[in-house]
Amino acid sequence: MRPFEWIEAASSAEVTAAGATTVADAMVMTNGHRKVSDPTVVKAGGIDLLDLMKEELLQPRRIVNLRGIAGLDKIAGQEGGRLRLGALATVAQLAVDPLVRPYAALADAARNAASPQIRNVATLGGNLLQRPRCWYFRSVHHHCVRKGGETCFAFGGENQYHAIFDHRGCAIVHPSTLATALVAFDARIELTDAAEAKRETALEEFFVLPTRDPHRENDLRAGEIVSAVLLPKLAAGARSAHLKQAEKESFDWPIADVAVVLEADAQGLCRRASVVLGAAAPVPHRARSAGGGAARQAAQ
Amino acid sequence: MSDATTQQEKFPFGIASVSIGEIERRVPPGEAPPLPPNNRLAFIGKSVPRFDARAKVTGASRFTVDVKLPGMLHGRLLRSPHPNARIVSIDTSAAERHPGVRAVHVVTDIVGRAVEQVPETDPPQPNGVRLPRALYAGAPIAAVAAVTPDAAAAALALIKVEYEVLPFVVDLEEARDPNAPVVFRSAVAGSGFAGGVAAGAEVAQQGNVRGPSRIGTRGDVTKGFAEAEVTVEGEYRTQVQTHCCMETHAAVADWHADGLTVYLSTQFTAGVRNELAAAFGLPRNRVRVLVDAMGGGFGSKSGAGTYVRAAIALSRAAGAPVRVVHDRHEEQVDSGNRPATFQRLKIGAHRDGRLSAISLYTYGTAGTATGAGVGNFAQATYECSNFDSEQYDVFINAGPACAMRGPGNTPGAFALEQAVDELAEKLNLDPLALRDRIDASPVRREERRIGAERIGWSRRHTPGADTGTIRRGIGVAQSLWGANVQTNASCEVRLMRDGSVELRSSVQDIGTGIRTVLAQVVAEELGLTPQAITLRIGDTDFPAGPPSYGSRTTASITPPARNAAYKIKQKLLEVAAPKLGVAAGALDLRDGRVFVRAEPARGLSFREAAALLRTDAISAFASRSDDYGGFRRAMGDAALAQNDLGGVQFAQVAVDTETGIIRVERVVAVQDCGRPINPEQIESQVQGGVLMGLSYALYEDRILDRPTGHVLNADLEHYKIAGPRETPEIDVVVLENYQGESATDAYGIAEPANIATAPAIANAVYNAIGVRLRQLPMTPAAVLAALGRAPYGG
Ligand SMILES: Cc1cc2nc3c(=O)[nH]c(=O)nc-3n(C[C@H](O)[C@H](O)[C@H](O)COP(=O)(O)OP(=O)(O)OC[C@H]3O[C@@H](n4cnc5c(N)ncnc54)[C@H](O)[C@@H]3O)c2cc1C
Ligand code: SF4
Repeated sequence: MRPFEWIEAASSAEVTAAGATTVADAMVMTNGHRKVSDPTVVKAGGIDLLDLMKEELLQPRRIVNLRGIAGLDKIAGQEGGRLRLGALATVAQLAVDPLVRPYAALADAARNAASPQIRNVATLGGNLLQRPRCWYFRSVHHHCVRKGGETCFAFGGENQYHAIFDHRGCAIVHPSTLATALVAFDARIELTDAAEAKRETALEEFFVLPTRDPHRENDLRAGEIVSAVLLPKLAAGARSAHLKQAEKESFDWPIADVAVVLEADAQGLCRRASVVLGAAAPVPHRARSAGGGAARQAAQ
Repeated sequence: MSDATTQQEKFPFGIASVSIGEIERRVPPGEAPPLPPNNRLAFIGKSVPRFDARAKVTGASRFTVDVKLPGMLHGRLLRSPHPNARIVSIDTSAAERHPGVRAVHVVTDIVGRAVEQVPETDPPQPNGVRLPRALYAGAPIAAVAAVTPDAAAAALALIKVEYEVLPFVVDLEEARDPNAPVVFRSAVAGSGFAGGVAAGAEVAQQGNVRGPSRIGTRGDVTKGFAEAEVTVEGEYRTQVQTHCCMETHAAVADWHADGLTVYLSTQFTAGVRNELAAAFGLPRNRVRVLVDAMGGGFGSKSGAGTYVRAAIALSRAAGAPVRVVHDRHEEQVDSGNRPATFQRLKIGAHRDGRLSAISLYTYGTAGTATGAGVGNFAQATYECSNFDSEQYDVFINAGPACAMRGPGNTPGAFALEQAVDELAEKLNLDPLALRDRIDASPVRREERRIGAERIGWSRRHTPGADTGTIRRGIGVAQSLWGANVQTNASCEVRLMRDGSVELRSSVQDIGTGIRTVLAQVVAEELGLTPQAITLRIGDTDFPAGPPSYGSRTTASITPPARNAAYKIKQKLLEVAAPKLGVAAGALDLRDGRVFVRAEPARGLSFREAAALLRTDAISAFASRSDDYGGFRRAMGDAALAQNDLGGVQFAQVAVDTETGIIRVERVVAVQDCGRPINPEQIESQVQGGVLMGLSYALYEDRILDRPTGHVLNADLEHYKIAGPRETPEIDVVVLENYQGESATDAYGIAEPANIATAPAIANAVYNAIGVRLRQLPMTPAAVLAALGRAPYGG
């Protein structure tokens, strides 16, 4: 690991003042030229960031620690029944928080992710923004498309853990287990920029397919931080679940995961089904026909 | 051995759960008297808690990675980014100038890989030195020692290497093609042990294919198959498994005015000492190798690897101690592995089950090493007078393999034990009944009987009879492993005048608990508690101990430990005799007392007796004598005992026919190791063997990228290993099998415990779903593919 400078940020304004770029940009190198030289990046739990640095895939000049920003780890109900999940809430917190419990698929997804040690440190924001696990992407020896290279090694290579949908240009699967559940709930993501201005967008739209830009998995802009994720008020009678299937149960990534949210009417009939597949595509993949089918079937 | 110097003694003989009789053996002079069965002993055969348990769980144990010496530098290795390349030039000047760098070393010898017999034809470097080709991605090229790990890493990036990149091949099948890129340009020497049995030295080599070796061939298979009434034939594939030691390979080398001291995570201090003395031109008494706690080896830490030699070269150049510790990538890529194999196995049998012929055709790859064979499993497990084998090594551009827990026999058993299962079905025989007919070993027979009872074999259904989504099944498989003994194994027992006792030997405790075992043996002889014995081991300044590989540590070092303790006992009794007014022969030692056997109340405490010593301390040395019944064969320092070790394992699995996931619910492992000395520690060994076997069966697989030649899962994230939630209930039974062969009659356990697990699981899967999986690992994808071909519901 290369030496770096450490900055404790107390507010999002300080983060921006530090001139942070996104990790995605910091990792792009084309024709031997880095897109950003001497990058400054932000760190939450640091699980993914440290991995990238230890592998020398990312060599930041400066690291801005977000952990000191007060209140960013809060989970709280909002007016209008929305639930606000602070970006620094840990995955472990999401698994047990009573306010999250009604969003069963999210609590399940949090419980199903990674290992207890990792869940205790990993944050919601970091989990959504972690880089993909594609083994070529994680190898210093493979300068692939996602890092600014010319080749996607997964095509014609070892791609048993890669995408089965939307894999044109790059075949990663989105690594976030939480995202599978959050998209199923139609969650929105709140981003805060330099001027402390907030923008909010549907999480589903925040994720970016390789056909749009193969160098990044999401629409985070330089200088922005994720401040929160917002869950819409749960419809009465809504039920949800998340299932993770891995090759083994201890300490393994899903080979498939799925979140299902069903909304029923007063008669108990399903009116709406939201089905999202994880580990299947470069972004959480909404299974539209399955969702529609489930709703129709229940209605009949 | 029936000459005048030996004497006749009676030893307990037989399996405790069957019946114990007696056997007469001629015993050389100086041996401790025959040891009664365990139920008549105080400490041997008891589960004395492992001495280092507390230190291990509290983090107090000192592993090689924890060694810190004053002025110690940090060494790192530069590794080849190319799977096959010639080093045109190498310029280390910028690295040498980097702040904090104290030494740079260019690797000229790579140990562990096969060696070409024809001298290197590549042009030498400007300084006349010839550098080996980098034959795999990750091959060591150079090393740097610096004051911090970061400075060393930064300096590595400053080494300029000009490579001529060459074509490569990393796929076993592609490498067999006569047109494939050739890994070695001339015939290689050496016979690797990764396959368990050394292939003959003079074998043909064409392209990447070396062989055949025809190990074990006997009788006439053509005739045997002609006589056969039933035959089975199948093709089996096993993957590369890596050792995954918790403590990665680690060395701290200290070259100083008096010679060389190396702290090393090693399975064989004495062997490494000899190796390094030769490599660095030092007399053996100037080289000292030490290891305290160790985090696993499994065969991969038997010698002094390239990284150790690099650490020494750096220390010599820098004039300071140098620490080199592999990171997990290096551990997965370049510290050995279990070879991948292909096996075509054909068995012919008579209607009554007797085998008429076995024919084994195999090829496998140990990467850039030799020795990808499949051991002696097919050749030796069952009675069959016609056996034919044809085994080939195939070279690929990958890190060299080395021995790994039950080398050869582990993949070998995966094939043979499934074939025998298949044969039983064809013969309409129960798999256990067939084995009763073709396995001559009374030990294995008893193991089958006990295991069948514990797993509930009688409720086993016919293969594929289970219905529903989750289908259960039970399977069985056997293990076979030679009972190895190191005759070059010795120790010293010392008694001080204050009554303190210590044992000294270079034998190392690689995590298996030999410290505790040795204390039990010495305590038993001296009538003290094991806790009263101090163990000084893992240091070549002490008498040469055995290696801890080939499951031979206990078998080799416990007899001399007991004999040395016995000598001390005799000396102590002689000193005490005048004081008690009787002859030494009338005295005995027990419960910390010297007493008159006929009048137990009369005696001295052990301490009082020791205080009578004429000198401050007395010492007795003993080395391993031959087994009383003789060895089957002896080669140099290593010998093979008359009777093999083994075991029988049963697995119960649940197969999810929708997801293809196999869950192992229960394993019953019935094993033997002669006289068990510490049952709980043996149980731990068996549990470890079962877990490693389960992980091999279902998860582990080193993945090499065919287009780029890199290991893609050189980490513990994508290289999958069984974890806590994959751990089944493991029921371990250890036989007491007395053979009257040595002062302790104890043999090994580690490897035999690993061999039967994967085939037992495979046979259980077959029993559950009615389809046979002949390839490892048995992944969900493999299960689903197999079921897709099966006559199954959808
Ligand atoms: C063995 C293992 C198994 C795992 N299994 C799973 C699994 O099954 N499912 C799963 O979902 N994950 C899994 N993970 C991944 C793990 O959950 C993520 O690495 C972790 O959630 C990242 O969170 P963090 O807070 O540590 O992020 P960091 O490492 O601190 O940051 C990650 C990225 O997000 C950026 N960032 C973080 N917070 C913000 C913010 N508020 N605003 C802007 N940018 C930000 C950082 O710059 C960085 O690019 C696994 C990891 C390991 C090592
Ligand atoms: S799938 Fe994407 S990340 Fe992986 S090699 Fe291809 S481009 Fe790179």
